[in-house]
Amino acid sequence: MEECLQTITDYGLRSIGVGQRLLPKEDFTLCEQVTLIGSGMIWNIYFGIVALLFGFVFATALALGKAAQNPWLRKPAEWFIFLFRGSPLFIQFFFAYFLFLSLKGVSPIFDAFTAAWLGALIVLFCNTSAYTGEIFYGALLSIPKGDVEAADAYGLTGWPRFKRIIWPTMLRLAWPAYTNEAIFLFHATTLVFFTGFPAWQQRGDALYYANYFADKTFNPFVPYPILAGFFIILTLIVISLFGLVNRRLNKHLPQERRSKIKYRPTLIR
Amino acid sequence: MGFYASFGTVLLLLAITAPTALAFGFFGASSARSNIAPLRWIGKGYIAIVRGVPDIAFFLFFIIALDQGIEYLRHKALCRDWDQPIRQGNDFIVCDSAKMPLSSAPQWIHESYGFSLAVLTFAIVFGAFAANVLFGAMRAVPRAQIETAEAYGMTPRQSFRRILVPQMWVFALPGLSNLWMVLIKATPLLFLLGVEDIVYWARELGGTKTTRFTDYPHGDWRMWYFLFLLVFYLAFTKVSEIVLERLMKRLTRGQATSGGEAQRKAI
Repeated sequence: MEECLQTITDYGLRSIGVGQRLLPKEDFTLCEQVTLIGSGMIWNIYFGIVALLFGFVFATALALGKAAQNPWLRKPAEWFIFLFRGSPLFIQFFFAYFLFLSLKGVSPIFDAFTAAWLGALIVLFCNTSAYTGEIFYGALLSIPKGDVEAADAYGLTGWPRFKRIIWPTMLRLAWPAYTNEAIFLFHATTLVFFTGFPAWQQRGDALYYANYFADKTFNPFVPYPILAGFFIILTLIVISLFGLVNRRLNKHLPQERRSKIKYRPTLIR
Repeated sequence: MGFYASFGTVLLLLAITAPTALAFGFFGASSARSNIAPLRWIGKGYIAIVRGVPDIAFFLFFIIALDQGIEYLRHKALCRDWDQPIRQGNDFIVCDSAKMPLSSAPQWIHESYGFSLAVLTFAIVFGAFAANVLFGAMRAVPRAQIETAEAYGMTPRQSFRRILVPQMWVFALPGLSNLWMVLIKATPLLFLLGVEDIVYWARELGGTKTTRFTDYPHGDWRMWYFLFLLVFYLAFTKVSEIVLERLMKRLTRGQATSGGEAQRKAI
């Protein structure tokens, strides 16, 4: 027990460079594995939350762009969504990394982009924006006609109509699908250090450490279930937080018409 | 040379995995709606377990588990007089004749063994998703169609084969085409399974450990390489989209759905 507390103080923040510098080399205890993999989760959570926050705003813009009449708005939005939904996230990571690497040669401004904390974040942001944009676009198309007509009848136009009628309804309709998108964004964050982005000074995410242990011990049956456990906890937290928002969005509806969040697993993106 | 072949590997994987996964899915779905309880439990359990475990970790875990599982079974069958435990601390040890493939086997056997393990993993995972889609599709076939079959005196097996299966595809196709798109995008994961595919080559070519501090004197062509891969996948997706749309039109013809109705009126 004592030992384990020591391990936690040593390695609890290892993934952001606090504590012991050297990773354990042999005789891994269960505590060490749980601590280090958990420490790696910091990165997964960071990538997930920041990409989701910025992606949400951009996705709304993309959805509106795709639904716009004007081809100058519609075409770029359509192409952006197709580009990021039509290719594997894996290849996107690789491409972005080498793109930033060669941009670095042009100007030192791009130095930070080759590090995971910014470069990978941009890829994840674009990716989740595209997926969420498509979800929002679908929701935008399925807003009940009556709602919009009622808004028109009340004389709401332009920005107030969007802010008070269209946007809340769109969110309400899209929310269950968006919850799933958020969960899979968190799952997708595990790809970051598996692609080009180097884990500088072995500061990696959860899968990086899990893979480290599996490589060193040749035993996948301990680190990967630990990783899965962490992700299940994270998924449950995400579901409950999004569930709260869902409750708020559906507050005005009778009980049976409220949309429920259902966990629908998908595979890799 | 191996690099060009890796594109072939990806296409081959898709060509083999898609039908295999569909077969897995078909059996999974038909057993999930079977009348025999244990068979139904197996079908439902298969769908639930595989769909419940998240993506990449599943692949990483499953390929080793499958490999070790096969070796363990062969070990049990082939080396009766082996008295040491198989799992010694962190090592997994089986007798030499149970190694899969045999360590004396030529290189190409090793490679094709790895490839077939990859196909099997893909098929099992995607089969579960396909089973889920087909299960829904079988339930979506209008009840009246099956009732008519029963009224004509068909046995359950006959009505399953002649009425249900031909009609379910139109309901299954949106889900299956979605799955196909995911399958295309999942192929870069092959390298995780140790197959020399395009991403493997990508990592090999760009494989300096701390690239962060390396500046190249010559132009960096790897960016263009990945741009090419990106375009390859985009083009592949686009072509599939067009083909699947055509297929959907073809399947809708003469179906008792609103799509089929619209086609009938258009003529």
